[in-house]
Parts: sequence; structure tokens; C-alpha cells
Amino acid sequence: MPLSRHIDADSVIEQSKEHPHKKHLVHSRSGLHQSWSRDEDAQLVPKYELPAVGIPSRSAYHLIHDEMNLDGNPTLNLASFVHTWMPEEATKLIMETINKNAVDLDEYPASQVIHNRCVSMIANLWKAPKDAKAIGTATAGSSEAIMLGGLAMKKRWQEERKKAGKDYFHPNIVFGANAQVALEKFARYWDVEARLVPVHAETDFVMHPPDALQYIDENTIGVMVIMGSTYTGHFENVQLMNDLLDEHQAKTGLDIKIHVDAASGGFVAPFAYPTFKWAFDVPRVVSINTSGHKFGLVYPGLGWILWRDEKYLHKDLIFELHYLGSTEYSYTLNFSKPAAPIVAQMYNFLNLGFEGYRKIAIKDLRNARTLSRALEKTYFKVLSNIHKPAEKPATAVASEDDPENFQRGLPVVSFMLSDAFKAEYPHVQQVWIQSMLRGKGWIVPNYGAPPAEEKSEMLLRETLSADLIERLVTDILEVTEGLMSSGGLATMAAATSTVGLHQPDQVHGRPDQSNFADGAQGSGSEMGQSTYAKQC
Amino acid sequence: MALSKHINADRLLQEARDHKAHSHHFTGHDKSKTTHAYGARYGTDPIPKYQIPSKGTDADSAYQIIHDELALDGSPLLNLASFVHTWMPPQADKLMAENISKNLIDQDEYPMTQILHTRCISMLAELWHAPSSKQAIGTATTGSSEAIQLGGLAMKRIWQEKRKAAGKSIHEPGPNIVMGANAQVALEKFARYFEVECRLVPVSVESKYRLDTKKAMEFVDENTIGIFVILGSTYTGHYEPVKEMSDLLDEYEKKTGHSVPIHVDGASGAFIAPFATPKLEWDFRLPRVVSINTSGHKFGLSYVGVGWVVWRDKAHLPKDLIFELHYLGSVEYSFSLNFSRPAHPIIAQYFNFIHLGFEGFRAVALSDLKNARLLARALDKSGYYTVLSEVHQLVNQPGLLENTKKAVGIDEEDVENYAPSLPVVAFRFSDKFKQEHPDLQQKWIQTLLRAKGWIVPNYELAPGLESIEILRVVVRENMTEALMDRLVTDIIEVTEDIAKTNSPMHALASSSNPRGSARKHDGHIGEGSGRARSGTYQKTC
Repeated sequence: MPLSRHIDADSVIEQSKEHPHKKHLVHSRSGLHQSWSRDEDAQLVPKYELPAVGIPSRSAYHLIHDEMNLDGNPTLNLASFVHTWMPEEATKLIMETINKNAVDLDEYPASQVIHNRCVSMIANLWKAPKDAKAIGTATAGSSEAIMLGGLAMKKRWQEERKKAGKDYFHPNIVFGANAQVALEKFARYWDVEARLVPVHAETDFVMHPPDALQYIDENTIGVMVIMGSTYTGHFENVQLMNDLLDEHQAKTGLDIKIHVDAASGGFVAPFAYPTFKWAFDVPRVVSINTSGHKFGLVYPGLGWILWRDEKYLHKDLIFELHYLGSTEYSYTLNFSKPAAPIVAQMYNFLNLGFEGYRKIAIKDLRNARTLSRALEKTYFKVLSNIHKPAEKPATAVASEDDPENFQRGLPVVSFMLSDAFKAEYPHVQQVWIQSMLRGKGWIVPNYGAPPAEEKSEMLLRETLSADLIERLVTDILEVTEGLMSSGGLATMAAATSTVGLHQPDQVHGRPDQSNFADGAQGSGSEMGQSTYAKQC
Repeated sequence: MALSKHINADRLLQEARDHKAHSHHFTGHDKSKTTHAYGARYGTDPIPKYQIPSKGTDADSAYQIIHDELALDGSPLLNLASFVHTWMPPQADKLMAENISKNLIDQDEYPMTQILHTRCISMLAELWHAPSSKQAIGTATTGSSEAIQLGGLAMKRIWQEKRKAAGKSIHEPGPNIVMGANAQVALEKFARYFEVECRLVPVSVESKYRLDTKKAMEFVDENTIGIFVILGSTYTGHYEPVKEMSDLLDEYEKKTGHSVPIHVDGASGAFIAPFATPKLEWDFRLPRVVSINTSGHKFGLSYVGVGWVVWRDKAHLPKDLIFELHYLGSVEYSFSLNFSRPAHPIIAQYFNFIHLGFEGFRAVALSDLKNARLLARALDKSGYYTVLSEVHQLVNQPGLLENTKKAVGIDEEDVENYAPSLPVVAFRFSDKFKQEHPDLQQKWIQTLLRAKGWIVPNYELAPGLESIEILRVVVRENMTEALMDRLVTDIIEVTEDIAKTNSPMHALASSSNPRGSARKHDGHIGEGSGRARSGTYQKTC
């Protein structure tokens, strides 16, 4: 029996090309009379090294434009929280400002003024105390923002320990195991021990504040509370964490502060649940981050972080920038960065106002509820909670639409095959649904739940317009029912196998996997990472 | 005698507005009033500056308000202070607009974007002579700051692992890093944020305002995680001698057994040196160079928002720092400080690579350098100024015999005849001019040029030389010969004008703060909130 051999697609392509005898003829630009000559030009473009001679800008445009068609359609990407649409006026503004550098205050003072106003607006939105000086900055995204928040906490802890003459080399930070990978990244890059609080089904897959207490000691620089779990959309209870930490302080004297990772929730909670306490109206919250490019409704490349008061930022972390006749202060990991996303954020603030953001949040939540109910009525168990009635229904119900009538959360629906379905069709794997939906254009990812609950897999999605929701429900049901028949099985087994998958471009010119994983997948780092490490 | 009183502009405006009888009507948004697009609701009513308006305004007016307000920004073309590139061909603009909503890290959804990213890394590794472009690894960043911090962090982690393996403490004494005092602030930021002692090597006139390699060796010890060598000082454009540093460290290793790696901060130079002076050895050809960073948005000719860092091989990027990202059927590895980030700057960079090719980049670099030489010579010859940069300094080309040189003369167009440098011209008042006009301040030139539209900053040099002030011009692609001509004329005119003590310009020069007042309010932080500067370069770059 012959051993099967792997075929290298690159070499097959090379062999199949025509090999003219007169090689130099190929290199002549015979196609110049055409408006553009992609094929003639593209032939000479090497993929992995800088071409010796360039090609006309038009051909370069078409070459790349065509290649980009292989990317997915952002609208149908239900896996990502990242916003993908802005009105054309906003796009116009962005293109006008695309070459402006946000740190160049000399040259672009107006952009800086807009940045400062955005910070003020967000501070107001998050109820920063009037008697304190809230400060903040734009970042490239929530990752940078979380690192800045964590670093500020670490520095504060270090200074206090130094003052007390104690060892300041072994800090730790506490957060739920449902955290996004950026939180863990902060811990690892800044030599802070990450203490993950396990989560499970009873705690709605988010950190249950009483569970966190046992992880706290004198070396804890702070607790990160997540407003909107990336897995299920549940909000963690900031107020309860605050109260427990108050008690804890009374007992032990340790003053532990909270950073709220509101990457998604920071622009949902204030609009959908205006009376809900989670922001600077909770005393222990010293800093909050959010992503402008999630529910702030801006294109990728924008995050925000704010501190309750400037005293929470140690002097050592702040750099002075000297400009013509004035001094500015900066605290960021990036220096030069585009001003366009900040301008776009201001556009949204003006264009939508509080009312507009609220409308969108309410609509997102309504669509998510529709989807949740539809799924629950069929073959699935829904893990997210936004469609469940609130324990204490709002007394003055403005309308049936008011999200206060339901449990609070992000417009996210995460679901799994119901136990009844699994019992009846044990051969159906949930991951197949993902692949089948992809065939229809939808990207609905299938993830493992956070560590403590390894068995259950779930799907997560963000909301869309009502008619797309209807379409999605239909497609999900169709796909699931298709799998129930045994005929669909063989197809699936073949379609979802990744063994035969070969992407030469992905492999070529790229470090070998063995560079990191010693040949085995899943061992990319020695410490073993466990937080949410997918796109978000 | 009356004390002068400061007028609060905000209150003045408040008092000057029309006051309706029922002030709460202000907050209500009467839809019927929104009839004309221009400015619409906010044409006369105040824009809520510090909180989100309770109700929005229509898209057209929101656009117009912000668009008009941004007119107060300067013209990027005339900004000679910045290294950041501000022009791309319309086709590139179009590509960027098409891809503006794409997220680089979302592999599931945008696989092709990721492939372009991979190709860019390969191209850079190749360009910088990585021993094997398959072994080299790297990543796009938001800019050089992120790239430098990643490079530094990798060196720190390797040092930590080495110390731990040897059973030594990693805290006392802690790690340190060595760099010239002319470093850009990002380098110092790395040291401060990641708790590495920052050892700044003083610069001097003799060291050409940049790292003195011999002096640097006095700062190196067993806890030195590495040396940042800067290819292209932000102050004067001088390249630091990477090869010289590397040789000295080789000697040091032979003597002590400590191997100290080099990270090259090629924020500007890594896109100039390979094209203009391909023979210059500064990159992975030197085995001690473990990582290099650059800014795509400087001489990589892309818009702001893209930087790169490449390591020579996996051995220099500790596993511990790499995070796994799981996607449909594949696992990706990432090392970055940002996660979600726009894909379009990377697409723009790739566009430049295939559109310009090596030849195109070389042509741009050569013409930048040529224009810089023109400016430098003109300033030198004027007698008013002394040029500190060496972009126009002739050097002896090895291999060329003296008498051949005499016979044929020097080819002034040949870049190889000049000291390798960034297209930057740093200059100051000549000693003679200062003697003749001791009362003139150099920073006045900055203000006067600004009135003509040019932004030419006046800086103090790095610590050790802070008594010397320089004016600096960065010659970028869009600084054409025609504009250069105009600039030289304006500089000379302004200088001569200011030298006449009875000229009205003289008085004008004292108003050095044309825009400062605009920013007094909105969330301004009090003086002295930052730590005193240690003197690295912390202006725009």
C-alpha cells in the first residue's frame, strides 16, 4: 500500500507555468497601451521580497484590490464585536484626516482639541466625580488601554510598598477566567502574576465577586472586573465587588482598587441602562477602558482609558511633550498614531448624541432577544441572559422595549445544542454547524467555554438588522435539521476535516510552527494561556 | 496702578451670546429648524463641548462642523518638523478607503489581509539581510514606539531567563539598557514602563551629537540586556555606527563572556539606508543585531499608523511572550501590545512595496538626500548658519585613488560620496552671526517662519549639549526642489530682517506662543504633572 504523499501546491503551480525559451520577452511591457496591465505587471511581482522594479500604481491597486476579495464580508461576520460600518460623511472625514498624526500638537492643534473633548464627554458619560480631575487618553484599542490601566495600578502598588519598606517584586492581579487575552498579556509582559478566578455555569460563566476574595493578598495590585464577558455577554457585578472589597479592607486593611474592562460594555451600559451603577459612581473604580471601535461605533483602531482622578497616575509614567510655547502630558504605549479614528468618534458623538446611541443599544438588544427566543424554542440552549426577564422588573416601564425589563448584558447570544437534541442525535458535532453556516456566508464561531467549564461549546454572535436576523434563524435551523438526517453526515465529516487543508501562502514565508510550538499545537507558551484569545 | 486681569475666553463668550427668555429652550432640539445643512443646529447654538449632546444632529452638519473645525490644523505639506509621511497616490487612498473597516487580527474573516502582512515581513527581513527570511519573524505595530517596546521586552525576557537559569536574582540588581542621550522618547519610555534602568550615554560635538561607542562601553555590565543603536538620530540625522558598536561588544564578550545584543532603532533610517547606501553594514549582516524596528509611516512612505519590528530568528523572541490565537483550522502566534487594529495601513505599506519596488524607494531616498544637500549647502554658504548635519559632508570613498579624483572631479550626484545620513538638516546661528547680533534669539526664526507657513522647529540638543539650540528641517518626498528654493529664500529673508534692529519683525519675534491659549481649558493637566525630563527626544518625529 503506497504511503500518501503531501503535494506542495507552490511547486505544482511552478511546474504548470509556461516556460518560454526567450525569457526576456516576458519581461517586456507590451501591455502599456491598455489602461492597466495587471497580468503583465503582476507576473513580475515577487511575493516575499521587495520587487527590484515597481509596477504602475494602477496595476498595484488592482492587484491588491482583487486579492482583498478573498477576505470575508464584514457585515456577515457575527464573530466580532468590531464595528464595520459608518455613514459616508464619517468616511469622508476619515479620508480627509487620514494623514494626520494625533501626537503632532504643533501641526494639528484642532485634532488635539477634539481628542480632549472626547475624553470629557466619556468622563461625563461614565459619571466621573465632579470634584476630581478625571483624565484619560485615546489608545489604539482596548489592549493598550488595559495595559495602561494595569501599569498604573502596578506602579501605585510598587510606590506604596517601597514607602513601607517592603519587597515590591511579586505583584499579582485578579480577574475572571473569562477575561480577554489582553488582560493576561498585561500580566505576562509586565511580570505580574495573573490570578484567574474560575468561572462556571452557576456563575453565568463570569467572575463571581465572592470567589475572587480568596485570591487577594497584600501583593494584589488590583482587581479587573469585566463589563461584558466576551464569551456570553454577561456583566460582572462591579458594585458587589466594591462592597466585598470594602468589607475586606475593614478586616485586613488592604485597599484594593478596581479597573473595569468595559471594552464592549462601556458604550452599551450607559445608554441601555442609564441608572445601572458600574462606572465611576462605584467608589473603588479607579479606571475604565473601552473600545471606540466596538459599540462606540467607529472603525478599528480606537480605544479609550480614563482615570477617576489624576492622582491615580504616577508621575513617573507621564511623559512631557514640549511644543511651541506649551507643554503637554502623555501616557501611552504608542507615540505617532492616526488622528482619524478620534475625529470619527467625535463625529458619532455629535451625530448620534445620547439619544442615538440609546436607540442603537435598544435595537441591538431587541434583535438579540428575538434570536435567543427563536433558538430556545428549537434545538438549542441559550447561555446568555439578555432575553430573560429581570428579577425586579422596572417599576415605571416606559415601553416593552426598555432593556431594563430584562437582565442586563451585551447584545450577545451564546448558545449550544440542547441536551435533548444531543441525546437524540449523539453523532452531531456542534462544530459542524459553524462550518455549514460559513458555507451560507455567516461567520458564527464555535468556542470552548472558559476553563472551568471545558465541556460545553457555545456560539456567540452580535446583532444585526431585523430581517437579517430572520434570515439567520432560518439558516441555523435549516443547517441543524440537515445534520439530523444521516445523509448530511458524510458531507460534514469531509467538509470539516482540516487535515487536507493547505494554504501555501499561509505557510510560506512565515516562521515554521515549530518555532513556537515545538511541532505540537497548543503549547505556544510555557505558561499555558487560558483566557479568551480569539478576535473580539 | 491696576493689576492686569486675565480674561476668561469661555466666560466672555457666554456673556456675549443671545440670551433667550427661557433658557431651557436651548436644550430642546426643534427638528423644524434644521432646514439648512450648513452648520444647521450648531451654526449659532453652542456645540456641547464636554458632554455627549442629549440629541444628535444630522450627518451633514456633524460632518461640516468637524470639517470646519479641523481647518485650524496646519498643512501637512509645510510641516518640516515631522518625519511622518503625509502623501500617498490616489490609488492607495482608494484601497485604504475600501478596507477601512477591516481588523488586522481577525484572521477568520480577513485571511488575505493576514497574508499581505506576512509578505511585508518577508520583504523587510530580506531587505535587512536576515540570514534566512524563513527564520526571521516580525510583526506590524502601530508605530515605532510599540515596536521598540516589543524589541526591548524580548531582550529583557532573555536576560531574565538567563539570570534565572544561572540562579541569580533578577531584581537586585535589576536589568539595564544602554543608549545614546539623543534617543527618541520611546526608548526611554520602554525603560521606565518595563522597569529597566535607562543608561543614557552623553553625546558630544566630537561624537557627532550621537552615541559615543567607546563611552557606551563604560555603561555596559553583566546586567545590560542590550544596546539600542539609533539609525538616524532624530535631532540631526546622523547614523550611529552600528558596526563599530558591534565590534566593541565582540571584544567585550571575548574578555568577559557577556554577550550583549543590539537592537537597531531604524525608525527613520531602516527605509533610507538599504536603498541609498546599500553597502553600509548596519542590519542583520552584523550577527549581534538581533532585532530592528522601523516606521512604515516615515520613509516607508505610508500614512501614520504603521511600524514594523523584525527579529533575526526565533531564538531571540522568547516563547513566553508569544500568545496563541485560535482560528478556524489554524493557530496563529502574536506578540504585540495592541490587539484589534486597522488593516489598512498594512495594505498601504504593501501597496508601496509592489508599486515602488527597490528602484522606486531608492529614487525617493536619493532625491530626498539631494534636496537636503541643497538646503545644507545654501545655509552653510549664507554665513548666517552653521549646519550640524553631515548629509552634505564629502567622505573619502575607499578604492578611489587621489589622482583619479583630481582628474575626473567628484561626482556630486553620487550619494556614495557623502556621509551616510538621513535627509535631515539641523542648523544653528553661526558663531560669527551670534557675535554680531548677540541679542537675537534663534527661536524667533521659528516663529517668523511659521508666519510664512513653514513649521521649522527650534530644539535644544540632547543632554550634555543642551546649551546648543538647533533648527531642523526633515526633507520628505513632497519637499520638492521648488519648495526648497522658496524655503531657502524665506529663511534668509527672515534672518536678514530680524538682524535689522529697527525692523518691525523684531518686535513680532517676541510673541512666541501663537496657539497656546487655545488649549488652556479642555482637560488640561497642571504644570509639573509629568516627571522631569531626562532629556531624550520627546517632540514629534
